[in-house]
Amino acid sequence: MSFLEVSNLKVEFDTADGVVSAVNNVNFSLDEGKVLAIVGESGSGKSQTVFAMTGLLDHNGRASGSVKFEGDEILNIPNDVLNRIRAKKIAMIFQDPMTSLNPYVRVSEQMAEVLVHHKGISKSDAINQSIVMLDAVKIPEAKSRIKMYPHEFSGGMRQRVMIAMSLLCHPKLLIADEPTTALDVTVQAQIMHLMSEIQKEFGMSIILITHDLGVVAGNSDDMLVMYGGEVMELGKTEHLYANPTHPYTQGLMSAVPRLDDINEKLITIPGSPPNMMLKPIGCPFSPRCKFANDKCLSNIPVLTKVGENNQYRACHVAIESIL
Amino acid sequence: MSEHIILQVKNLKVNFNVSSEGDMPWTKPKKLQAVNNVSFDLKAGETLGIVGESGCGKSTLARAIVKMVPTDSGKVIWLGNDLLTLNKSDMRQHRKQIQMIFQDPLASLNPRMNIGEIIAEPLRTHYPKTPETDVKKRVKDVMNKVGLLDNLVNRYPHEFSGGQCQRIGIARAIILKPKLIICDEPVSALDVSIQAQVVNLLMDLQGEMELALIFIAHDLSIVKHISTKIMVLYLGNMVELANSEDIYSNPRHPYTQALISAVPIPDPSIEKNKELILIQGDLPSPVDPPSGCVFRTRCQKAQDICAEEKPEFIEASSSHEVACHFHD
Repeated sequence: MSFLEVSNLKVEFDTADGVVSAVNNVNFSLDEGKVLAIVGESGSGKSQTVFAMTGLLDHNGRASGSVKFEGDEILNIPNDVLNRIRAKKIAMIFQDPMTSLNPYVRVSEQMAEVLVHHKGISKSDAINQSIVMLDAVKIPEAKSRIKMYPHEFSGGMRQRVMIAMSLLCHPKLLIADEPTTALDVTVQAQIMHLMSEIQKEFGMSIILITHDLGVVAGNSDDMLVMYGGEVMELGKTEHLYANPTHPYTQGLMSAVPRLDDINEKLITIPGSPPNMMLKPIGCPFSPRCKFANDKCLSNIPVLTKVGENNQYRACHVAIESIL
Repeated sequence: MSEHIILQVKNLKVNFNVSSEGDMPWTKPKKLQAVNNVSFDLKAGETLGIVGESGCGKSTLARAIVKMVPTDSGKVIWLGNDLLTLNKSDMRQHRKQIQMIFQDPLASLNPRMNIGEIIAEPLRTHYPKTPETDVKKRVKDVMNKVGLLDNLVNRYPHEFSGGQCQRIGIARAIILKPKLIICDEPVSALDVSIQAQVVNLLMDLQGEMELALIFIAHDLSIVKHISTKIMVLYLGNMVELANSEDIYSNPRHPYTQALISAVPIPDPSIEKNKELILIQGDLPSPVDPPSGCVFRTRCQKAQDICAEEKPEFIEASSSHEVACHFHD
């Protein structure tokens, strides 16, 4: 039994213009103490995948399939059951720390509320535990700064507050949705460093959602590449970077300029990501893929295993012809 | 690439007056030094990359060059004329040779104009007597140049994706055949696969039209890719200026070194074994910058002299300038 097992996850939204399929047939599993990165461009369904898992979809969204957490089904279960799991075992941090914190309420109140609500301890105990946690995320003078309002912290410090808050109940799974996208590179380096230290200390699993291939390279064990709501490729991070077997993964890797490289011209992927209202019938990447054939345009490829290394790809084109 | 200098910025300073909450009406506003003593030269066809964290003054510097923000002192010499001393009508003559591209592609396009009108606007402003048939032809030409289908002229900005909107912004910038384009974070709002398209387009246009670019971004990998030389700003001060290969292979200022080590490299084998130089703490407030060297509060090499004396911007080796008492 794996720690987290997602199978055939589908997410659909009812909109005024009809049903939009945002996530289609996503399968992956995550072991305890591991970091899985979900990579994709905007609209690829990476955030909706985890929102569906944690019951945070918008009211017009529907999820189907199965999400097993520690062996128990958690997809579409009643809210009060889910709340207990989310309270103690699954925590989440978001891209913009300012919008995730209440601007009118002191950090101390916001953090203590979590513990008072979920653990039923007294408020003064809760504040003391919160201070310990702020220390753990290396906020200087935590004792006095806990009384501040969110706007009195810098962006990086706010993200640290969010991380501290998510760790209060010692979750087993932390979901980080673009945690460093709004931050400067130097602060990003600090936060990612902090997250990996904390991950080791607390022994939790992390799902890291990002579009930054550099962040993925340094901070994940496995990675899942999504495009147009479908999984394109899945495998160990090292293997995927060394041998991308999907045309989209290959394109993505060569489109990113590298500091340690002097390539004259970036190799681009032509076109732009699909409008999810008018998704292609076959492989969502087929309109931009240079290897696409008739089958790609009419059939959605299924995720199949390639090679020895537990690497999976969803592509109709034979590996030999794209390497 | 020709060798003559088209733009010379000398000791440019931009201060903002800020009053804080609770100040009395007669309280003197505080001075915020957004850009402090910045100097550089730009040759025709060259690209200057400006990097730094948010709040370091990169955008203010760009805006000061085209007089979009008032400057306190210094000179901006464009083809021999100091732009800062020119009156409005003289400025107009030079302004058409300097165009800008902004970060948010959709927000920088007027939603109530169709893209034909948007792209033609600079032409109609600076050359109002151009016959309508010529305007149409020029608009079609630049649209083809930036990779937009010319049958889309009657569409409105909301009908386009982010990448296409940025192409419209670029088309608007090149229609007057400028000599310099100032790009303020032109790709940071775009998806990874689209970023590369826009960067390639800018580089192609640069080669074709002998454009000089000032390219501002916080993504160092992209800046390195596109720039001939790079300036690193910290709290409004220049800390290092060198050609782009040099600055990455041999950064001399402790801040540049930390900045470069913080950039993640998309390769797990390198990234997981990399030695990271973490900068401690946060950016100090620009209203009350540290004495002496502005970086000393977060610098590992800082000593007493750094607090007392502001390091001068000196040439450490040929065309590699740095402001640090203990540079490598």
